[in-house]
Amino acid sequence: MKRLIISAVVGLGLVVGSGAAMADGELNIFNWGNYTNPKLIEKFEQAYNVEVTLSDYDSNDSMLAKIKAGGHGYDISVPSDYMVSVMISEGLLLKTAPNKMANFKNIEPGFADPYFDEGRQYSVPWQWGTTALSVNTETYKGDIDTWSVIFNPPEELRGKINVVPEMNDVINAALRYKGFPLCNGNKAQLKEVNDMMQNAKQYWLTMEYGNVERLANGDIHAAVNWNGASMRARLANSAIKYGYPKEGLGTWMDNVVVLADAKNVENAKLFQNFIMDPENAAMISDFAKYANGIAGSMKYLPEEFASAPEIVPPSYYKAEFTQVCPNEVNEMYTKIWTNLLK
Amino acid sequence: MLIVLLYSFLQKDTYAGIIWSFSWDGWFNVFLQEDIFDETVNIADAHLSIFLRSIRLSFFTTILTFIVGFPTAYFISTRPEKTRNIWLFMITIPFWTNLLIRTFAIMEIIRNEGVINTVLIASGLIDQPIQILYTDFAISLGLVYVYLPLMVLPLYASIEKLDFRLVEAGYDLYGNRWQVLRRIIFPLVKPGIIAGSILVFIPSIGAYVTPRLLGGGKSLMLGNLIEFQFGQGRNWPLGSSLSITLFILVMIALLFYIKITTKKGGERD
Repeated sequence: MKRLIISAVVGLGLVVGSGAAMADGELNIFNWGNYTNPKLIEKFEQAYNVEVTLSDYDSNDSMLAKIKAGGHGYDISVPSDYMVSVMISEGLLLKTAPNKMANFKNIEPGFADPYFDEGRQYSVPWQWGTTALSVNTETYKGDIDTWSVIFNPPEELRGKINVVPEMNDVINAALRYKGFPLCNGNKAQLKEVNDMMQNAKQYWLTMEYGNVERLANGDIHAAVNWNGASMRARLANSAIKYGYPKEGLGTWMDNVVVLADAKNVENAKLFQNFIMDPENAAMISDFAKYANGIAGSMKYLPEEFASAPEIVPPSYYKAEFTQVCPNEVNEMYTKIWTNLLK
Repeated sequence: MLIVLLYSFLQKDTYAGIIWSFSWDGWFNVFLQEDIFDETVNIADAHLSIFLRSIRLSFFTTILTFIVGFPTAYFISTRPEKTRNIWLFMITIPFWTNLLIRTFAIMEIIRNEGVINTVLIASGLIDQPIQILYTDFAISLGLVYVYLPLMVLPLYASIEKLDFRLVEAGYDLYGNRWQVLRRIIFPLVKPGIIAGSILVFIPSIGAYVTPRLLGGGKSLMLGNLIEFQFGQGRNWPLGSSLSITLFILVMIALLFYIKITTKKGGERD
């Protein structure tokens, strides 16, 4: 039996190996898990005769740690806004000048010159979205456009909440709920935030990733969540609604960058240009259900997507990208966070 | 290992990574911390309680695997020689499946809408699902399931060699079942008990996947804390110091076991 498995694996390896020999080159993409449309990869492979290998990570920080450690072999990664600026300042990215690429003209004007990569000299939009919350509206019928759902939960939701273990997202949400400034080093205010979270934790069931299935099948009834994940949960269970907290919410954008130590630079540049094509960008959104920042891509997507409540925010929504906090602040956040999870 | 040791004495860089200059900060932060609110230096109770939780859960897991594993091993080694291999083979079957898949399988069984709760509700014993998943109990259950073969196999190896005439002699001398078990069987199979306990205790204390999935991530274990410091905490020296501390803990546990065995062995000779 074991021998049979081994020979099957070896056989499979040979098949894959011979496929690689035929391609013009390789491209190693390091992206968030469950985030890349396999059809997009297939299309790219066929268009340029390139063999693509996809690996995944679950947070910006674990990605950064891997890239910094070296020896990773990846050509492309997909950091969020603030992480792009961190990686630029650390010299981890290759200046591929997407602003001179053929498809650059397709980027929506609002995303063509972001604070984290002025003039887009390194990065290309992948997807963007908001960080807010999802609620099962059959369980809780009250106002969901407020962070109090998470930090001061109503009776019906207690013990049924998931909070994603993203230190910055959660602490920022808590600061917004309290009306305090972000990247905050003020100890009195941080103490209030700390006490509030310590108290709220008893009402949280879990602090995990993977909201979609668990919201859909009723393991959890509310969660700190991203808009696309919330939409995917709604498509499986129509009671799931996405709340836009009036106290404010975070906006993020993930971007395709080429790493400074990439081995397949030309293919990586081809990929950057490739995904700025509206039809290809639409494939990205079709899979993960986030907007992509490429003008004209919506017409390749179904009407329900373009007008979805998770994609079209209410009028009071104001885009506010996450900033990199100073080191002292990050250290305080880390302590609050470990203390929360002890 | 040496690199980890080296990193633990360096300074942390702003965005993860290390700066090549000597610093005690990593080690300082393992045990002590400056209170963020009033700047006094206290014992790092967050780390301490995570350490204690890990040790407690691993200890609990070891005892549970023994309680389940000993009768299993005893049962197998008292089967006729021909069928023993089949039983052993069955013990190793779970090892064929990936750890993640096994853990997800457990989640499916103990979920609120999972097998156990559905059966209990259908039978009318309870009307609200019992929260089993995302508790410390779930973590222990997962660890016991995952590491049980590591307890059974060394136990089997010792019990198999046990001279059952000694057990009969014990009964002949009017020993009851408990006395026979405690005074004859346990001392004779002690090497197996010790080996099994070490094999279970050590991986449990550093376990990462099982606590994270079954515990729901609300309470960190050592493995998860170390991961956090290398990732979101952006503090590699502290992460390294914590890893070394874990290593030392394991060493102490090992030495402790070795000490008991040699001492007791000496008395009996």
